[in-house]
Amino acid sequence: MAEVTYTIGGAAGQGIESTGMALARIHARAGYQVYTWQEYESRIRGGHNQYQVRVSDKPLTSHSRTHCIVVALDAQSIAELLPDVAPGGAVIYESTRDDIAPALIAAHGARPLPAPLLEIATTLGGDKIMTNTVATSVAAALTGLDFAGIEAVIRENFARRGAQATEANLAVARAGYDWGRKSLPDFAHRLPPAPVLPEPQMLVHANHAVALGALAAGCKVVTGYPMTPWSSILDFLIQQRDAAIVALQMEDEIAAISFALGASFAGTRAMTGSSGGGFALMVEHLSLAGIAEVPIVVIEVQRAGPATGMPTRTEQADLLFVLNPAHGEFPLIVTAIKDPLDAFYRTAKAFNLADQCQCPVIVLSDAHLANSLRTVPLSALDSERVTREIDRGETLTHRDLDARAAPYRRYLLTESGVSPRAVPGHPQAVVHSMSDEHTETGAVTENAEARRQMMAKRMRKLAVARARMEPPDLYGPAAAALTLVGWGGTYGVLCEAVDRAHGRLNLVHYTDLFPFPLAGDAPLRRARRLVAVEQNYTAQLARYLRGETGIEIAGRICKYDGRPMSADWILCRLEELSP
Amino acid sequence: MTLTLPVTLADYKPLFADEISWCPGCGDFGILAAIKQALVQREIPPHRVMVVSGIGCGSKLPDYLYANGWQTLHGRALPAAQGFRLAQHGMTVLAVTGDGDGLGEGGNHWLHAMRRNVDLTHLLQNNQTYGLTKGQASPTSDLGYVSPSTPQGSPDLPINAIAIALAAGATFVARGFAGDVHALRDLIAQGIDHPGYAFIDILQPCVVWNRDHYTYAWFRARTYDLQSDGHNPQDLAAAFARAQEWGDRIPLGLFYQTTRLTLEAQTPAIQQDPDCPLALRDLPVDRDAFDTLKRRFL
Repeated sequence: MAEVTYTIGGAAGQGIESTGMALARIHARAGYQVYTWQEYESRIRGGHNQYQVRVSDKPLTSHSRTHCIVVALDAQSIAELLPDVAPGGAVIYESTRDDIAPALIAAHGARPLPAPLLEIATTLGGDKIMTNTVATSVAAALTGLDFAGIEAVIRENFARRGAQATEANLAVARAGYDWGRKSLPDFAHRLPPAPVLPEPQMLVHANHAVALGALAAGCKVVTGYPMTPWSSILDFLIQQRDAAIVALQMEDEIAAISFALGASFAGTRAMTGSSGGGFALMVEHLSLAGIAEVPIVVIEVQRAGPATGMPTRTEQADLLFVLNPAHGEFPLIVTAIKDPLDAFYRTAKAFNLADQCQCPVIVLSDAHLANSLRTVPLSALDSERVTREIDRGETLTHRDLDARAAPYRRYLLTESGVSPRAVPGHPQAVVHSMSDEHTETGAVTENAEARRQMMAKRMRKLAVARARMEPPDLYGPAAAALTLVGWGGTYGVLCEAVDRAHGRLNLVHYTDLFPFPLAGDAPLRRARRLVAVEQNYTAQLARYLRGETGIEIAGRICKYDGRPMSADWILCRLEELSP
Repeated sequence: MTLTLPVTLADYKPLFADEISWCPGCGDFGILAAIKQALVQREIPPHRVMVVSGIGCGSKLPDYLYANGWQTLHGRALPAAQGFRLAQHGMTVLAVTGDGDGLGEGGNHWLHAMRRNVDLTHLLQNNQTYGLTKGQASPTSDLGYVSPSTPQGSPDLPINAIAIALAAGATFVARGFAGDVHALRDLIAQGIDHPGYAFIDILQPCVVWNRDHYTYAWFRARTYDLQSDGHNPQDLAAAFARAQEWGDRIPLGLFYQTTRLTLEAQTPAIQQDPDCPLALRDLPVDRDAFDTLKRRFL
């Protein structure tokens, strides 16, 4: 596959994210497929941050272990990134620095490229803040990107700041580009020709996609509390002033889920979310939603734990927690996002499931998914499809209630377990609920028979949910020597590993987790040999699958250092498992 | 114009539960009566009312009041009530909590509800104890209060709920007494009228756990009416001063009332179409608006 990776490294506060995003946008506009990978520390200044932009003419589903071009904004980045620079790759850095040793770079098989970034920025742009623009232009010139792409994005970015700012940045970019073109004419890592696309493409990460999915599904109330890496979902929705959605930061996570449940009780679709630690505060309310049968969607964007853990790093270690989040027994649905496109539709579907089953639906994501930008065709996030598929189950709107005459009982015992759920405010239906065990009218009861009936009724809804759970995704050849088993956000990297194994591997990948999908065990039974690949220490999916299917997955590859796995890493570990 | 039948006490009479489980003489009977009378007085029918409670003896109230209602979790009535109200801003929302529920477990939510000023009425059933769990000291129990959780006497100062409410910016701060149902009815009606968060501290005996102290007689001997005493409810400083009174003189009535924009008034999604609550709107999003939003990601 023809591809190039650029990685910008530096300290927090040096503009790594904005620079990386600009590079991503430039290539996406030019028609390339883009996949970004961001690593940053839990601090505002200093430390080591990096931003990789992987570019190809073919779809990309994961990041690259190796970097073709490193733009080093500080010396520490070089130490961090050098071991993974591709053979013949370039390391660009400010030429006046005296803390960087070209010999060290050359010793790793890479090409040091000290560049007059500061000089170009100050003489042509008048501001050293533009050094990053020079650096990215140098990098883009090395790979052969057409300057027109850079120009278009600069014009757009600075349109609001006026002609002077635009021209200054253009001059600086042009100078950097020209310098770069002449600097390493035999540079080995070149972009393939830019594909001509039938339609524009968006650059989105899974957090954006979750928010867009919620909007498309008609969610009207979203609450939360700041917690990395969930916050940008709430932030994005708060910013949509025109969207007729109430998006509120509450005083704590408990208030967030309580408020969302109150809104749902009132009849709106509602969502809340957090990361592991904040989700932990919400769980008593899951039990409440379970017994009161109030629909709610909860997003859990996992990060490295336990407790505060590594706030900006990724992990998949909350699976068993989320599958058993609260006291007592009640119907629950758990599903896990695999990529941004999936996030859009899976989130929208979560609202349908919540309404159909009148229970909490938990959507799992992770820090890497939350921050990693991917190119997605504009028409792929189709709000009209979501609209067509909106299904509120047995919700009784005021129009429905106009046509009703029978006395209303909120917890009517039914065969399916789903009771008609009235939107309050209508004279035909007074909606009453207690968090205790209750009768059909919602009144508190401790009567043994009533309890047996009501518990069974609620749990019958699991069958309604199970019928709607999708079986695991299968990727690769129908039969293979080794079957990888994964879940959630590792889908893309596992697919890439399968692609590179030339028929030796295939993949069984779970998204819908609970209730366990019908025939969800079949692909596991067909496999010759199973290896669970997970970003947690104890192989939680393997443990869960043993419980649901009785199948023991002996092979386990676990990564728990907070960094997303690369295809290289997976293939290396597989070698160790079975050389 | 549709003709509506007048709202009467009979509308509010049916119980959801088979019987009321409060102890005979419990102050909650008076509170329940006052709520019903206030709703009837304001001609609000049951289907337009939402009562949200926490957990405790007093929080069983929704089971005894024929209206929309939800008994939620200990300490968590206020956020749920606010969420309900934002989704259905045309309905009358009451939050009913005990003193432990509302000021202990729910203390943080109480504080922020007062900042937020969502239009609802918060009734604090204040009997200075945790009745349902058998009499432990609560946030409003006196210093030195002897209870199963404080056998040597409570070492903690009781919360001065009125003073904190005034300081937190609550726009309606009042105190009632379960033994004077008519006065309480009027306060609740005023709270319902009030455009914003209305806090009503309701003193009541617990006839089982507070037998020697805080009885009806004890309260009657000490309480007096603020309004009859010339208190001006628009005077915040005066309200703070009155809030310090306890023991021999206990003020009842309206301490303070002011106007401040509610959260609903500052919520664009609501104000875009104020006659249609969020919960009654159609779900589908406008395709062109969504397309415009997507294009920001190009």
